[in-house]
Amino acid sequence: MSEIKAGTMTALTLRLQDELFAVEAESVREILDLVPITEVPNASPFVSGLINVRGRVVPLADLRVMFGMDRPEPDEDTRIVVMEVTIDGEPTVAGILADKVHDVTDIEAASIEEAPKVGMRWRPEFIRGIGKRNGGFIIIPNLGRIFETQGGRSPSSAASEERSAS
Amino acid sequence: MSFSDPNETFRQEARELLEQLELCLLDLEHTPGNDDLVNSAFRALHTIKGSGAMFGFTAVAAFVHEFETAFDQVRKGQTQATPTLIAVALDAKDHIAKLIEHPDQDHDGSDAILEALRATIAGTDVVPAAPKAATPEAAPAQDAPAADPGRWRIRFRLPGDALVYGTNPLLLLDEIKAIGPCTITALTDTIPSLDIIDPEVPYLGWQVDLEGPDPHDAIDDVFLFLKDGMELSIEPLAADTATPAAPEVTAVEEAPVAASEPVPTVAAPPAAKPARTAKSGEAEAGGGERAASSSMRVDAERLDELMDRVGELVIAQARLTQIANMSSDGNLKTIAEELERLSSGLRDTTMGIRMVPIGTLFSRFRRLVHDLSRDLGKEIEFITTGEDTELDKTMIERLADPLVHLIRNSVDHGLESAEKRLAAGKSAHGTVRLSAVYAGAEVAISVIDDGAGLNAERIRAKAEEAGLLAPDAKIAEQDLWQMIFAPGFSTAKEVTSLSGRGVGMDVVKRTIDGLRGSIDVSTTPGQGSTMTLRLPLTLAIIDGMLVRVGNGRFTIPLAAVEECVELPEGIEANARGRNFLDIRGSLVPFLRLREVFGTTAPPEPHQKVVIVSSGEGRVGLVVDQIIGNNQTVIKQLSKLHSSIKSFSGATILGDGTVALILDTSHLVAFGQGYVDQGRAA
Repeated sequence: MSEIKAGTMTALTLRLQDELFAVEAESVREILDLVPITEVPNASPFVSGLINVRGRVVPLADLRVMFGMDRPEPDEDTRIVVMEVTIDGEPTVAGILADKVHDVTDIEAASIEEAPKVGMRWRPEFIRGIGKRNGGFIIIPNLGRIFETQGGRSPSSAASEERSAS
Repeated sequence: MSFSDPNETFRQEARELLEQLELCLLDLEHTPGNDDLVNSAFRALHTIKGSGAMFGFTAVAAFVHEFETAFDQVRKGQTQATPTLIAVALDAKDHIAKLIEHPDQDHDGSDAILEALRATIAGTDVVPAAPKAATPEAAPAQDAPAADPGRWRIRFRLPGDALVYGTNPLLLLDEIKAIGPCTITALTDTIPSLDIIDPEVPYLGWQVDLEGPDPHDAIDDVFLFLKDGMELSIEPLAADTATPAAPEVTAVEEAPVAASEPVPTVAAPPAAKPARTAKSGEAEAGGGERAASSSMRVDAERLDELMDRVGELVIAQARLTQIANMSSDGNLKTIAEELERLSSGLRDTTMGIRMVPIGTLFSRFRRLVHDLSRDLGKEIEFITTGEDTELDKTMIERLADPLVHLIRNSVDHGLESAEKRLAAGKSAHGTVRLSAVYAGAEVAISVIDDGAGLNAERIRAKAEEAGLLAPDAKIAEQDLWQMIFAPGFSTAKEVTSLSGRGVGMDVVKRTIDGLRGSIDVSTTPGQGSTMTLRLPLTLAIIDGMLVRVGNGRFTIPLAAVEECVELPEGIEANARGRNFLDIRGSLVPFLRLREVFGTTAPPEPHQKVVIVSSGEGRVGLVVDQIIGNNQTVIKQLSKLHSSIKSFSGATILGDGTVALILDTSHLVAFGQGYVDQGRAA
C-alpha cells in the first residue's frame, strides 16, 4: 500500500452504493458470486462474516460499514472480491463485499488527487486518493489502514459477553 | 533424501547421537558401574567421530577422538564415572555440539576441555602413571602394562562398497595405531592394471603387526560398522617372525596415501549415500536391546502437506455423504459410507504419524535439572512420568521453551535451600516431577515441586506494586496465581542468572494460549506447587458435535462433550436469573448461547443442553438443536477475528459453508465465573 507510483495504476473498479471505488488489480485473487456467509457472533459489523474460498476459511469485510453507507440486502449484482491485504504486517486473504463489480481499468496517476482534509463525509485516512474518469470520481480506499483499525480488539465482543454474564 | 544437504544430514544425525550420549552420561551418574551405558556412550562418540570425519568436520572428529580416547579409560573399567567426570564429559558433549553447529568459528575451548577431561580421569585413575597423550604415537602407554606384550598380525580387506559408503581407510588405520605400537603394510597384490581400476573400489589390503595384549575387542570396535563383507583375520605372532615385516613400511603416516590411489576419492562421497551408512551406524549404536525396527526420516513439511490433503479429503467426503443422504441411490450411499470409513481411517493414521511421545521432550530436561542443581547448589531429584503420552509434533516443539521456564521456576523459586528444607522438616533434596496424562480431548502436563509453594502475600504485594491490582481489590486465589503470568511480574527477591528478571512466565502464557491451551496453578504453602498445562491433542482434525443456535451452526469438540440433556421447562422462566442445572446432584452452570451470541431468530420450544468439561470445570451450553457428529478440520481464524475468544477456529461443513468451532475451555472458564458470582451474591 505504498504511494501511487508515477504512470498508471491498473485497478479493478467496483461500486459500493452510489460511489465508484478502485482497488489495485494486482492484489485481487478472484471475484466470486455471492456464496453462503457464516456470521461470526460478536464480531464487528465490518468483518461480521466468514466464507469458504476453495477450502479456505476467509473473513468477509463490508467496506460500506467503514464509509458509513446504507447496507441493503445482497442482490443479483452483489459480488465478493477476494484480495490479499496486509494486516499488522501479515499478508491475509480477505473477501470484500461489492454491490457491483465493473471492470479493470488504468487510472492515470496524474489524475489522482489527495483526499481533501475537510468537507468529506469519510475519515480521510481511509482514502489514498481520488481519481477521475469519464468526468466522474473514483475513490481509491486505503485498505491497509482500514483493515488495520479492525485488526485489534473489537470492543463489541467483550461488551456483549459481559452483558450476558451479569 | 537425495536433495538434502549432506552436512545437514550429518548435523541431524549428530544431534541425535549427542542426545543419546547425554542421556547415557546422566544415567551413568546414578549407576556408575553400568557397562551397557558406558558402551552406549562410547558407540555414540564413535559414530560421531566416524561420520564427522566423513563429512569433513575435521575439528569435530579430532576433538571426539580425544574425548573417546579419554573415555576409553572408563570403558576399560580403569576409571570410575564420578560426578565430576560426568560434568566434564557433559561440557565436552556441549562443545561437540558447538563444533558441529558452528564449524567455522574459533574453538579455543577444545584444549581446555580436553585438559580438564584428562585431568579428571587421571585424578581417579587406578593407573596414574599412564596419562593420556594427544598423539597416537604416545598412546600405547595406556595399553602397555607390560604384563603380556604379545604380538599379533591383523590382515584385513575392506568390503568392495566400503569407499562408496564413505569409509576412510586412513581413519581405520589411525584407530588401529591407537591400540598399540604397530607396523602397517599395504597388501598390493590384488591391484588390477590401471585401465580397469575402478576408483571407488578398495583394492588394497592391509597387514598390521601389533604389539600388545589380545586386540580382538579393540579391533572389533574399529571395524564395528564394516564387519559384514570384509575379510579380517587376527593371529598371534611369534616374536621372531614379526621383526622382518617392520622395515617394509616405516613411514606409516605417508605410506597408506602413497600406496593407495583410491583413498582420496573418499573425500567426495556421493551426497545421498553417506546418510545410509550413518543410518545403519546409528541403528547399530542403539545396541542389541533395541529390536531392528525400520523407520525413515521424513521432512516435517511433507507431513504438514499430507495433513492438509487429508483435511481436504475429509471435507470432500463430508459433502459426498450429505449428497448421498439426500439421494435414494443405494449404490451411492454404499460408496459414501465406504469412503467415510476410509477417510476417517486415513485421518487417524496421518495424525498418528504426527504424534510423537512426549518422552523425547522430557529427556531434554534432565540435563537442565542436572545443571540447575549444580549451579544453585540444590540437590534435586527429577522424576518424569507419562513419557509415552503422545502429542502432535508441532505442539511438542513449541512446548519446549515454556516447560524450560516452568522447570527453572520450580527449581529456582519453588525449591528451598537444603538448610531451609531440613528446618521445615523435609528431606534435604527437593523433588521436581514432570508428568503427562491424557484428560479427555486434552493432555495435561504438570510440573510439580515439593518446595515452599507460592506466597500469596508476596504475589499480591508485587501485583499491587506493578499496578496490576488495586490495593483493596478482592481477588479469588486462582486469579491471584494467574498474576504471575502477567508481563514484567517477578517475585524473586534477588535476580539470579536463571530467573527473576520477570520475563519468561508471560511468554509461557502466550505460547500456551497460542496452542489453544491453558495453565492451571495450584499450591499448598510449605508443601509445593503444581503448574498444569492443558493442551489439545492435535491442531489439525478433531471429531466434532454440530449444533444449531438460531440460524448459525457451531461445532463443539466431541472429546469435551460429557452428555446432552434437555433444558427443563421450569428454568426457562428464570431467564436472567442464576443459570444452574442440577446434573445428578451437582450444580452445573449453563450459558445460553443464544444470549452469548445475540441471536434474534425465534428459539426452538425444546432447548438442549450440551454439557462440556475442561479440566475440573463443567458448563452447560444451551443450544437450539443438536445436529450430529462430524469430522472437523480445524482452520485458524484470521487476525480480524482473533479478538473473539468464544471460538477457537472454524471448519468447513459438508455443504461447503463455514461453521465456527467453540472454544470449550474459554466457555467453561466463562461459566465458572458464573459460579463464583453466584456464590458471592
